Amino acid sequence: MKDSINRPRRSLLYIPGNNPGMLQNASIYGADGVLLDLEDSISMYEKDAARKLVKHALMSLDFGDVERVVRINGADTPFFKADLEEIIPARPDAIRLPKVDSAADVLEADKIISGLEAKNGIKPGSIRIQAMLETARAIVNAASIAAASPRLIGLTLGGQDLAADLGIKATKSGLEMLYAKSAVVIAAKAYGLLAFDTVYTAIDDPEGLREMCQLAVSLGFSGKAAIHPSQIKTIHEAFAPTEKELKKAVKVKAAAEDAARRHSGVVAVDGKMVDAPVVAQAERTLELARLSGMEVPRL
Amino acid sequence: MKMDCVKNSIGRLVPREVPGIGKVEPFSGAYARLDGSYVWTAKRYPQHVPALGGDKIAPSLKEAIVRSGLKDGMTISFHHHLRNGDAVVGMVLGAIYELGIRGLTLAPTSLGDAHDCVADYIRKGVVSRLCTSGVRGEVGRAVSHGELDTPVIIRSHGGRARAIEEGSLHIDVAFLAAPACDRLGNMCGCEGKSACGSLGYAIHEARYASHVIAVTDNLVDYPLHPHISVPQYLVDQVVVVDSIGDSSKIATGAARITKDPVQLRIAELAFGLIKESGYLKNGYSLQTGGGGPSLAVNRYVEEYMEQNSIHGSYCIGGISGYMADMLKKGLFSALFDVQSFDASVTSSMRENPNHIEVDVSDYANPFNKGCLVNDLDVVVLAALDVDTDFNVDVLSGQDGVLRGASGGHCDTAAGAKLSIIAVPSMRTGVPSIHDHVQTVVTPGETVDAIVTERGIAINPRRDDLIARARDAGLPVRDIHDLQKEIENITGKPDELEFTDDIVGVVEYRDGTIIDTIRRVKN
Repeated sequence: MKDSINRPRRSLLYIPGNNPGMLQNASIYGADGVLLDLEDSISMYEKDAARKLVKHALMSLDFGDVERVVRINGADTPFFKADLEEIIPARPDAIRLPKVDSAADVLEADKIISGLEAKNGIKPGSIRIQAMLETARAIVNAASIAAASPRLIGLTLGGQDLAADLGIKATKSGLEMLYAKSAVVIAAKAYGLLAFDTVYTAIDDPEGLREMCQLAVSLGFSGKAAIHPSQIKTIHEAFAPTEKELKKAVKVKAAAEDAARRHSGVVAVDGKMVDAPVVAQAERTLELARLSGMEVPRL
Repeated sequence: MKMDCVKNSIGRLVPREVPGIGKVEPFSGAYARLDGSYVWTAKRYPQHVPALGGDKIAPSLKEAIVRSGLKDGMTISFHHHLRNGDAVVGMVLGAIYELGIRGLTLAPTSLGDAHDCVADYIRKGVVSRLCTSGVRGEVGRAVSHGELDTPVIIRSHGGRARAIEEGSLHIDVAFLAAPACDRLGNMCGCEGKSACGSLGYAIHEARYASHVIAVTDNLVDYPLHPHISVPQYLVDQVVVVDSIGDSSKIATGAARITKDPVQLRIAELAFGLIKESGYLKNGYSLQTGGGGPSLAVNRYVEEYMEQNSIHGSYCIGGISGYMADMLKKGLFSALFDVQSFDASVTSSMRENPNHIEVDVSDYANPFNKGCLVNDLDVVVLAALDVDTDFNVDVLSGQDGVLRGASGGHCDTAAGAKLSIIAVPSMRTGVPSIHDHVQTVVTPGETVDAIVTERGIAINPRRDDLIARARDAGLPVRDIHDLQKEIENITGKPDELEFTDDIVGVVEYRDGTIIDTIRRVKN
């Protein structure tokens, strides 16, 4: 499995947990990760069946390099605990936790997951949390949520629920979400987390999706959720690094390797010192460039 | 029927003699008769010289049948250009039944979903033998359950053209549906409410049948113009009927590119392989068969050719509206059209001089002096099942019952420099890669790669292609590993049960027998 924080997460494809056909094809759609959904796409009557199906999919299918994230039901539902109890032993890479309003919501899930990890012999803290901020209150609490637990790997915005909470209509331009999006990105970056953009629901509008992806990139999001496999290519194109970024990343990586050969801890590029996070980011840029089919020089 | 059998070069038990053909040779390699030393003799049959000044228009279909001299035990044929809208096969067999003629060999160029009625005429004794490219539905069930006394003979399009020219299949009376026809029998497929595009099979049929009857619902003023597919000198009679078929199923719109992400993934990988193979360059030629992934490959190819200013030489085969559009955009110099996949092609054929109608011998007869498929660079084909020897089955369903067509599959696979089989890794939970396919239509030696959504299996004979694909980062998999991965999801299906009775033989394009079809156990 790839390194947890720096693996590419440009696209995260929602797959309804009660759809065996899509589950078995999870590895072929080309998404960097899949969000196996037990929440909004599953009716009340199919919650148990979907949970079992997702659990068995996690235990028996080969997902290849695709990150396996399960979106469970919120703590305010009767399914929350059962979801965690059945899904954690199947060792997903992460849990997408919906309806997170405060740090306490993260901590509650964290505590249950820790218990289940211990009980099932899973390395403590290895199953990460992506927190979904879907209310005005959550946006206000974004910073404390981001700081809540080392188990967190990223924050994401639940655009449709947030619009409902705000009593506004989501528009094509997405301008009404600008503050919320920025708040999520800034809180995430402040605490070393990733930020994932919400879905674009118009499946037959690749141009609209492209514009939203460009906005997401410009705001600093690390990736974007997709609700249909056809959206993945557009998302990946938006997250491809520019030639300039690629050149810089190549320089940084070459300098880091040179320093390693000299057993030196100091990495210098163009006479300036760079530290470890910059090297890690350069590695991620190179990986994104490779994934985007750009020509990356061998180092 | 029990037969004296021998193993052919791919280990399949095949008969030494087939009723309706006589002595036959077992398959001994796809190119065994194509090394330049094989001698082949075409044979002509006698035909009646018509009386000068006679009227070709018959008063009725029945009268035309009587005038043709059709007798018990003779062979009749039809073309399948009207796709699933064809009404001519049922109409003619009905008239023949009423005339009391029995024991015929039915040798259409193929049978499709519109031909369930043929099963009834088998049961009524009108049809006692069948030679075709494909069988589906009720006819497939009738054959697979042993309702015919003699085995069905399955031929590829190119193989059928060869068989007709050499006389091993002779058509006594050909009934040719004509979307447009004049009083002397000039006909074409790109006019009229039943327009279907090319008449590539009909042209060949008319050239070799002893007696040719045009059946039309669109008698036009003489002369038919400007496009004539089958010229009057090949036609004996013209019958005018109310309708030759269901125009909603004949004049279909352009097939749309699939939105199914699995099929698109297969198409994307197939295109990736074409791109890396080195064949996709100026002057190359292409055929993409029917089916979702094959059609979708066109989209990727088109985009790449436009972006990289590549100009291809020609496309052949079953021609789709998508290919006609690529011709219009100037991406290829010409289209060679033996069969139009959708009626949106008809206007292209009518208006674009570079959209060229070709007959089926020109298309695929392996023994003429240069059929089109033998010069092909790239072909993308569909399949029902494949096996770990890269053999392809396009005939048998998951229950062992016939439900497909040989078509030009083995012809194009043998001829093309790069033959790609695009197939989903599983269908309705049943894996598509088997240890051994039920019926070999296309031998593995002519298949270069099998592309599924879970990876690309390249024939070990093609080291060069494996290296290129791996270098490009394509997901190249050993076919056994790929099979195992799929079976991890689906499990291994139970072996189907068959009796020893042979209900069909599959002739390879060169006339040798590549496989047999056994009767399914009820």
